[in-house]
Amino acid sequence: MKKLLLATTASAMMTSIAAAEDVKIGIILGFTGPLESITPQMGAGAELAIAEVSASGALLDGAKVEGIRGDSTCVDAGAATAAAERLVTSDKVNAIMGADCSGVTGAILQNVARANGVVMVSPSATSPGLSTAEDDGLFFRTAPSDARQGVIVTNILQDRGVKSVALTYTNNDYGKGLADAFKAEFEAAGGEVTISAAHEDGKADYSAEVGALASAGGEVLVVAGYVDQGGSGVIRGAIDSGAFDTFYLPDGMVGTKLNEIFGAELNGSYGAYPGTDSEGAATYAEMAKAAGFDGTSAFSGESYDAAALIMLSMQAAKSSASADFKDHIFDVANAPGVEIFPGELEKALKLIAEGQDVNYVGASAVELVGAGESAGNYQEIEFKDGVYSTIKYR
Amino acid sequence: MDFLNAIVALANFVIVPGMAYGAQLALGALGVTLIYGILRFSNFAHGDTMAIGTMFVILITWGFQSAGITFGPLPTALLALPFGIALTGLLLIGTDKVVYQFYRQKKVKPVVMVMVSLGVMFIMNGLTRFIIGPGDQRFVDGERFLISAREFKAMTGLKEGLAIKTSQGLTVVTAVIVVAILFWFLNRTRTGKSMRAYSDNEDLALLSGINPERVVLYTWLIVAALATVAGTLYGLDKSFKPFTYFQLLLPIFAAAIVGGLGNPLGAIAGGFVIAFSEVTITYAFKKVANYLLPEALAPDGLAQLMSTDYKFAVSFSILIIVLLFKPTGLFKGQSV
Repeated sequence: MKKLLLATTASAMMTSIAAAEDVKIGIILGFTGPLESITPQMGAGAELAIAEVSASGALLDGAKVEGIRGDSTCVDAGAATAAAERLVTSDKVNAIMGADCSGVTGAILQNVARANGVVMVSPSATSPGLSTAEDDGLFFRTAPSDARQGVIVTNILQDRGVKSVALTYTNNDYGKGLADAFKAEFEAAGGEVTISAAHEDGKADYSAEVGALASAGGEVLVVAGYVDQGGSGVIRGAIDSGAFDTFYLPDGMVGTKLNEIFGAELNGSYGAYPGTDSEGAATYAEMAKAAGFDGTSAFSGESYDAAALIMLSMQAAKSSASADFKDHIFDVANAPGVEIFPGELEKALKLIAEGQDVNYVGASAVELVGAGESAGNYQEIEFKDGVYSTIKYR
Repeated sequence: MDFLNAIVALANFVIVPGMAYGAQLALGALGVTLIYGILRFSNFAHGDTMAIGTMFVILITWGFQSAGITFGPLPTALLALPFGIALTGLLLIGTDKVVYQFYRQKKVKPVVMVMVSLGVMFIMNGLTRFIIGPGDQRFVDGERFLISAREFKAMTGLKEGLAIKTSQGLTVVTAVIVVAILFWFLNRTRTGKSMRAYSDNEDLALLSGINPERVVLYTWLIVAALATVAGTLYGLDKSFKPFTYFQLLLPIFAAAIVGGLGNPLGAIAGGFVIAFSEVTITYAFKKVANYLLPEALAPDGLAQLMSTDYKFAVSFSILIIVLLFKPTGLFKGQSV
């Protein structure tokens, strides 16, 4: 009897060990908060990659991959840290796909990822500050730094012959980082920024901000804010009072919600958000459509790519431990090797298992530079007849 | 011409938005001040009462809109307003019976009542999100502008445009009507007088045969009307989002305290003081100055006293200064 008991316990332990080899990836995004209208498509993107790999059975001799969601809230560093802490310590995730907003991403990186040695790949944190943050080689992003976006905004405005702009930004790491990067770039290129005014999110009234912006003047108002928050509030005030007719919309402001709230009122306004015309983007959009969500939504493709990079580098390192695979992310993301597009993760896993090099291109034409951030491809959008559409890739 | 341009620019970006925001704050502050004056506690649930009242109005407005009932050029929400007020009134009276009455009969200290209202606030907060969700809701219809900036420019030939939104016009007009009715009620009717008597001296009022429960009942009904009207006007002018209504609580309390807690006139004055201080002190006077001053004197900079980051600091500095030098507020209210 005793032997039988021992045997059962032993076998139970065996199975639990076998189960522990399954890979878990934490998906930390702001499912509530200022980005709540684009995060569902981002989460779905990461889960699409996870489901694809899991179904292929090609990762680490047939490991199953599971995505576990956590809420970063986008703005509350304490809540985000707690969510990440839970995923790392109680769910024991092998890596984190996230977070979304720059402020909470920095907080999770310093308080949870570095403390526990867990790799983080963010699809959308774009603050230039994260390029130089201490990260022990654990932090990567499939989104470009806003230093790059500052250049893009300047180029687009100059191509349209805009010489002077007013600038308003949401008062946080993302807004301030982007505003500073853009201002420096635009002024260096000979343009004039008449005013750079912060706005707080979730406030009752933006007439003071709009009044100051209008008085300073400028041909275009650059709104470095969030579509679900103060950014839209400022645009509403500026349109209603006739202060500005044309707006430049950076990545945080581009969302289908703009079509709903403003529609034709924004005709003639333009902007840009990360995206590429590589065939990967189109493939991904179709895959997303088949899976029942909008793959062209901002940062959705980047989320797919972030999850894919994590799993491919695990395969390359033959280990799901962060300490092992963190050094392989650059190898699988960049040339040389066979180019890998969305939907080809199984092929990539097999190639890696055979010892071949892969160059992951994915949905957003991933090319990691510097401290592990995307070199950056942007799509320029313009409003016409009440909806925005992509007119050009940069 | 330049003088006119300067006036129009100032009106468009300072006076018109300041008036509308001030009227919204004033209506909110009136509700807070009435509860403080008559029921003797600071009602922290007021912001969320506004949210829940507006939610009722929105739900009924949607019903009307889908049934094809509109109010011509005016927003349908105005038609739904009486129903919203009635529902909010029922809810507030229910809350009073279930929660506040118990503590009132025990004659607890005001600070306990404040904590109780904090609890009510969280419940209303959750209820609103549970029913209508945490996101933005749109319920505006009818004409958006009384006069748009473009029309104004074409009409007058001035360089500056003046835009007045229907909602801004409505806000000010409705606020005037509501305040007029409220003052008539408080000063001229029997019930109003008994409410003021109860506020001035509770024991004396009881001795002279005033029924306290009736006074309480009427107070909640008036507060429900004020909160729903303020919330709906605010929602029509900006947008409805439960979180921003919660955030409104601070400027509303600032307005009520600056004006003098418990004093209805003070609440109105306070609302406008807070609204205009937020808008004017942070306004960049560059444009206005460029029109008014000869070229040699025109400022190069923005001529802005403070950056807009500080607009909340401005209204709260005013609050602190008033409390330091006139603890009862600008108009004579009760000291806190």
